[in-house]
Parts: sequence; C-alpha cells; structure tokens
Amino acid sequence: MMLRRVLLSPAGMIGLVTLLLIVGMAISAPYLFPKGPWALVARPYLWPGSRPGIPFGTDALGRDILAGVFYGSRVSLLVGIVATVCALVVGITVGAIAGYFGRVADAVLMRITDAFQTIPGFLFAVVLVSILSPSISTIIFAIATVSWPPVARLTRAEVLRVRESEYVQSCKIIGMSAPRIILTQVLPNSLSPVIVAAAVLVATAIITEAGLSFLGLGDPNVMSWGTLINIGRPSIRSTWFICIIPGLFVVLTVLALNLLGDAINDALNPHLRKR
Amino acid sequence: MDRQFWTYLGWRVLQSLVIIAIVIVGSFLLLHLVPGDMVDVLGGQRGDMDAELMATLRERYGLDQPVLVQLLNYVGSVLQGDLGYSYRNATDVLSLVLQRLPATILLVVCSVITAVFFGTMAGVIAARHAHRPIDVIISMIVLVFYATPIFLTGLGLVIVFSVKLKLLPIGGLITPGVDFSFLELVGDVALHLILPVFSLSLFYIAIYARLARASMLQVLDQDYIRTAYAKGLSTYNVIIGHALRNALLPVVTMVGLQIAELFGGAVLTETIFSLPGVGRLAYDAVFERDYPLILGVLLVCAFIIIVVNLIIDIIYTLLDPRVEISR
Repeated sequence: MMLRRVLLSPAGMIGLVTLLLIVGMAISAPYLFPKGPWALVARPYLWPGSRPGIPFGTDALGRDILAGVFYGSRVSLLVGIVATVCALVVGITVGAIAGYFGRVADAVLMRITDAFQTIPGFLFAVVLVSILSPSISTIIFAIATVSWPPVARLTRAEVLRVRESEYVQSCKIIGMSAPRIILTQVLPNSLSPVIVAAAVLVATAIITEAGLSFLGLGDPNVMSWGTLINIGRPSIRSTWFICIIPGLFVVLTVLALNLLGDAINDALNPHLRKR
Repeated sequence: MDRQFWTYLGWRVLQSLVIIAIVIVGSFLLLHLVPGDMVDVLGGQRGDMDAELMATLRERYGLDQPVLVQLLNYVGSVLQGDLGYSYRNATDVLSLVLQRLPATILLVVCSVITAVFFGTMAGVIAARHAHRPIDVIISMIVLVFYATPIFLTGLGLVIVFSVKLKLLPIGGLITPGVDFSFLELVGDVALHLILPVFSLSLFYIAIYARLARASMLQVLDQDYIRTAYAKGLSTYNVIIGHALRNALLPVVTMVGLQIAELFGGAVLTETIFSLPGVGRLAYDAVFERDYPLILGVLLVCAFIIIVVNLIIDIIYTLLDPRVEISR
C-alpha cells in the first residue's frame, strides 16, 4: 500500500528507478570490467568520447574512468548503507533508553549527544579516519560516529510521545519487562519518522565518504567516486572531466535518495501532501 | 527580565559547561587512541634519541603517570588555555589556531549571511507563487543544490569562473606581493571570498529555501495575514512586514543547529581554495600526523559552536516570547 503510494508520485518513481540503475551498476561492475578499476587501458588524460569503448576517457595514469565509476558505485552504496545501519542501531538504542527511562539516563545520554553534535561532523570524521588509518571499516566507523546523534534525538522525541500511551501503561501493569516493552510496543510505534530519515542519512554518508576520499583519506585499496575526484584534482585546470564525471554520479545518487525520502515522507503523512 | 529568564539562562550555561567538559574528556580519549605518544613521535623525527632521554622526556611531560592523572593534567591545562605544543610548527597549539581563526570565521559568517539571504528569498518567492512554474523551477534548482557535495560545488565554480572565464582568483585570501590601501584590501579579500562563500553556502541556500517555503506557506494561511490584506496593506507590506518575520523563526533555529556543520564544510572549502583558516590547518595537521594540533582545532571549534548556540538560544527566547523557557 505504502510502496504503491511512493511509486505513484513522480518524484518517488524517478528516485527509485535511478537508485535501481546505480545498484545495477554496482552489481554488474565485475562482469563488465573484469580487469578491475585499476587496470591501464589507454594513454593518460584521454578525453571523453575520443575513443570508442572508453566513453568517459582516462585518468592521470590511463585508467578507464567508466570502470572507476562502476566500481565506485559499489563503495559508495556499501559505505552509505552500512554506516547508516550502524548509526540507526546506535541512535535508536540511545534514543529509546533516554526517552523510555528518562531522568538520569536521559540527562546523561542527551548531554553526550549534545557533545557529539557540537563537534563539526566532517572535521571529526577526518580526525577519526586519520587516527585509525584509512580503510573501508574505519571510514564506516567514522561516518556512523558522526551521524547517530540526530537519530537518537528523533527516536527520543517519538518514544516520549508513545511512552505515556495507555497500551504501554497496561504492559507495565501486567509486569512486562522494560526491554520487552521497548522492543515490542514502543519502538514499532515510534520508528516511522526515523525510517524516513534513513534515506537522507545514506545520502549524507555517501557525500561524507566522497569528501574523505577527495581529501586523500579514502581506503587506498578501493576505487571510490571520491578517489577518482582526488586523482583528477591536480590537473583540474586542463582535464576537469576526471573530477566532474564521478562528481555527477555522487549528485545523481544523492538526488535519487532525497527524492525517494521525500516520497516516503509524503506517503506516510498524506495530509501534508498539499503543502 | 523576570526570574524565569535568569533561571533558564543559568540552566543553559550549566548545560553548556557540561558539554564542554564531555568534549574535553573525549578529546583526551582520542589523543590516547593514537598509537605511540608524543615522545615516540619526537623520537621518530629526530632519530637520535636513546631510551634514557625518552624516559626523561616522558617524566617531564607527565607521560609516565597513570591515565587518570594524565586526564586531570590534560583537563587542567586545557582550562588554562594550554592546548599543547605542535612540534611540527614549533609553536603552541592555541596561538596557531587563533592566528588561523579569523579567516574561517570570515568565511563561515559570510556563508551564513549569503545562505540565509538567498535561501529565504528563494523560499519566499516560491511560496508566493506556489505550484506555479516559478515555484517548480526554484524547487528543482534547490533539489540539485541540496544534492551537490561542497567540494564538487567548489571544483565546479573554480573550473567555470577561474579557469575558463578567468573572472575570479583561483585561491588564497589576498593577492600576494601587492601594496593595498585599506579599501583596496577589503575589495581584494571580497573578490577572493566570492567563490569559497558560494561553494560553502549553496547547500545551505537549498535547505533554507525549502524551510522558508514550507513555513511561509503555513504562515500565509493564518487569519492575521487575511486581516492584513483586508485592511488594505500592499502585498509587499504583508509579505515582508507580517509573514516573513514569523516564517523566519524556523530558519533561525536551523542556523543554530548547522553552525557545527559549516565549520566541517570549511575544511573542504579552505582546502580547495587554499584559504589560511583552521580547516586548512587541520587538513595539513592530518597529513603531518600532528595530533595535538588537530584536537586543538576540534576543541576550539567546539567551544565556539557551544557559545554561539547559547547566544542564539538566548536571542531566540528574547525574540519570541512564546518559546517555553521553563524546561
């Protein structure tokens, strides 16, 4: 029912189709480019469209940018999804405990959340990745670390709303344990705004990963969109396409995720749709 | 000022102090995550230190003490304004950061003003013409801005305006080697800031445009707007004088929430445009593995953000008496 409503809105449809295309790129990369993204295929700095078979040209070492873009989609999606799942788990746990138990737990957890929110997220991610040395797992860890606080806030607000409801009170009276009430009663009724936020979280995570790789803090063994942009940066005055082509794929993916998020949001709140 | 306000103020200041304490302890823990301590780094650099000298140095800097004592020492020195010593730059961290801070503050303040101005303007125009072509066009541009990473905006602007059109400088804050009068200097800095400011604020223009449009549509529905029209005020008067003031409140809240993010974005912008700010300082420190300096930047930024948030909260309660302050 909800899926149909999402699909019926043009924005949701465009977002979903674009996203599926990018997922298709990620899946098909090793079949279409069995030599991998690091293989040298032609002379360096080959302009897009100047040779058949290499439509996006080559980078500073003569690697195929099209192959880089295909393999890059794997990294971006992987980092985006895994980091978001981690941020959701931490944020929902913190928010649920703070909201449900209140008092001391709430005060302590919320001040810690505040502290995380006052540190510039991207700068914090840069520091974490450089201290832990860049790799896919440290990048995911850093992105999750900087993106859980809003999830915790959102969850806490929703839990506070549900906590006083009669069905939660009656569970308490029949002696259900707190973890069981939270897991079976409170969370299922308070998570829908959090799920909507997840689409935007994935988008932000993809942007952060690209930014880190752009600064040279990407996993050195993995070709991501940010890595390609970083490779192209020194020669930006002449061969700017090396930066711009992978950059456009970042924009496309983020745009699709935002459209999808908006559509899901509208489907969940039909009365807001006229706005 | 009634008593309720002062209670609220005291409560907020206390809250801010707790957050600062958490941030300081957190930064100490981060410093301890780094493999090897300060003396190891120094030894690796010099290459001629024997074990005895290293032990003496550790004793002198208190690195042989238990972790808890080290933590207390660290908190104590941070509270006295001593953020450590950067061996790479042979200066203390605080003076290095303070020396680079003005450029970053200039960049962030200009970006906030640009983002709020253009964002609200776009949002108001879109709301005024809701569901008509202008609104659709603005909404589409806003969606693209919203999806473009800061560094890509920066690179794109450099390619178009510096490399292709040769209209604006490619980087730096001041044209080097020229003797300017004060006015010329201001003009020169402004010219250098146009691209960095727009690459940092484009994303926020999009956010504020969406926000201003939604809140404007909500406000335009209210009875007092109808009243304002009914008593014969011009459209301009109603929009600017009556509707905008109330529609701006959510935008102000958002600005407060996003100050931290702007400092993060400054790392990318300053790196692309080689601006001499703290973001660039942190970027260089990362590659020189100068951890006291990196954490110094983090601490100073966090401190500024906490203070700014406190000020915004206070202004907010003064501006809008409806805000509930008895939390």
